[in-house]
Amino acid sequence: MTGYLFYPGCSMETSAKAYHESLVAINESLDLDFTEIHDWNCCGATEYLGISLIPAYALISRNLALAEKQSNGSKTVVAPCSACYLNLAKADHYMQERPELGTKVNLALQAGGLSYKPGSLEIRHLLDILINDIGLEAIKSKVVKPLVGLRVAPYLGCMVPRPDYENRWSDHEHPVELDRLLSALGAEVIDFPLKTHCCGGHMPQISPSTAFELIRRLLHGADQYHADVLVTVCPMCQMNLDAYQAETNRHFHTNYKVPILFFTQLMGLAFGKDPKNLGFGRELVSAKAALGRIGIEAPESEESKAQPKRPKKTGLPMPNMPAAEEAKR
Amino acid sequence: MATENASQATPELSEVSLPNLRFLEEVSTATAGISRLEMCIQCGTCGGSCPSAADMDHTPRLLFAMIRAGLRDEVLSSNTPWICVSCYHCFVRCPQDVHIPDVMYTLKSMAIRAKRYKDATAPDFSATFVDMVESYGRSFEFGLATRHYLKHFPLRLPSMAPMGLGLISRRRMEITPSRIEGINQLKVILQYAKELELVQ
Repeated sequence: MTGYLFYPGCSMETSAKAYHESLVAINESLDLDFTEIHDWNCCGATEYLGISLIPAYALISRNLALAEKQSNGSKTVVAPCSACYLNLAKADHYMQERPELGTKVNLALQAGGLSYKPGSLEIRHLLDILINDIGLEAIKSKVVKPLVGLRVAPYLGCMVPRPDYENRWSDHEHPVELDRLLSALGAEVIDFPLKTHCCGGHMPQISPSTAFELIRRLLHGADQYHADVLVTVCPMCQMNLDAYQAETNRHFHTNYKVPILFFTQLMGLAFGKDPKNLGFGRELVSAKAALGRIGIEAPESEESKAQPKRPKKTGLPMPNMPAAEEAKR
Repeated sequence: MATENASQATPELSEVSLPNLRFLEEVSTATAGISRLEMCIQCGTCGGSCPSAADMDHTPRLLFAMIRAGLRDEVLSSNTPWICVSCYHCFVRCPQDVHIPDVMYTLKSMAIRAKRYKDATAPDFSATFVDMVESYGRSFEFGLATRHYLKHFPLRLPSMAPMGLGLISRRRMEITPSRIEGINQLKVILQYAKELELVQ
């Protein structure tokens, strides 16, 4: 093995910073030989594909071309984000399936002095590398603080186990890889039936009610199974379930408070890393209470430290109304 | 409707209906990879597997029947491709291995080109996203969110504000974009790709 070419993707530097920080932290223990693809660009998410085909594939393939050029014998590209992973894998797969697509994309790349031979790299998700290359035994051997007592809902989302062009996963709808990893960390893993259901993707920006319903189903499922936290492998899933949890609650008059964490953050905790270096506190739905229950002191989010609560405004003199629950009694 | 015209003016039949008869072929060839759309057996597994089918004008199965029937305008103005969440449930369950989400991407791009979409929210979002990527080489969520929400969801802004501030204070959203070094190279590639897109 000559190491891996790492494609972080845009989210890792912004909305999913916690994912990046925790990956860096567990790397100290696992010694993953990752080299970042120099000057990579956005994969286009699910947006460019819906506008025009050749530019969308050319955008994705610039990354593959840069990776191939930089490769030094290494043939594996690793993406931690499910959407990036799928886009890179999709472009590589379809350019092989329809050679004329590959030809057109290469003509475009050549205008920028680049080229890519479809099929010359293998595109894999970070979880796949950790489970299948590093191995559960090696991961287990690094565990110094097993997460005993933490009830975890393993959530993969869609784009890792599907469409799965190379048949890397145990199942398209109920794969067990993430469950096994979390069990190796000592956590109590729920057999979560919604583990590959959709988080809503870009729907909060397009059809909010569609998105809120998909988010509600997942939160409701995690809540019914009494999960302390829901663990994800994708920045977009984390964003939808965490950042839109409050709006979903308002939409349905619910009060879910499910902390949404990255699997690398839990690996870091089990490896005995300082929670401060694992991106805790960046989540909008705080994980502090859930982790406190198993004796882990997670840092408070920066915002709640910075802003003391404003006293409630006293408006017009109105009789006090009983709270909704009291009224029902 | 085309059928009414056809009965009155037979000479125009071929002109009216031939492009529509080729609609299935047109959609299939415009799709990445081998779409296998022609292989659809109308079993309905796709619609039954779809988490957002309830919000769609037509289930994927019905939409594919409409494509086959050449109902071009109806297909391109359906909200179905825009409500598709790209979860690939239909893709892995389809007994005929039709590349359903990829067909949806094709229908979106055809609807944009023909300006047939009914609701501009989704096409505008994609266009704004792509605009940012073409300018910087990276996505720029702050610019995207502000532009998109101001235009399409101004009433959601008050309730979105705490979330936005939460993301910014946790350094999860940057208020300035970051640009790749090879942005000019990327622009040249994309410009040429757009020209190639027009070549059949």
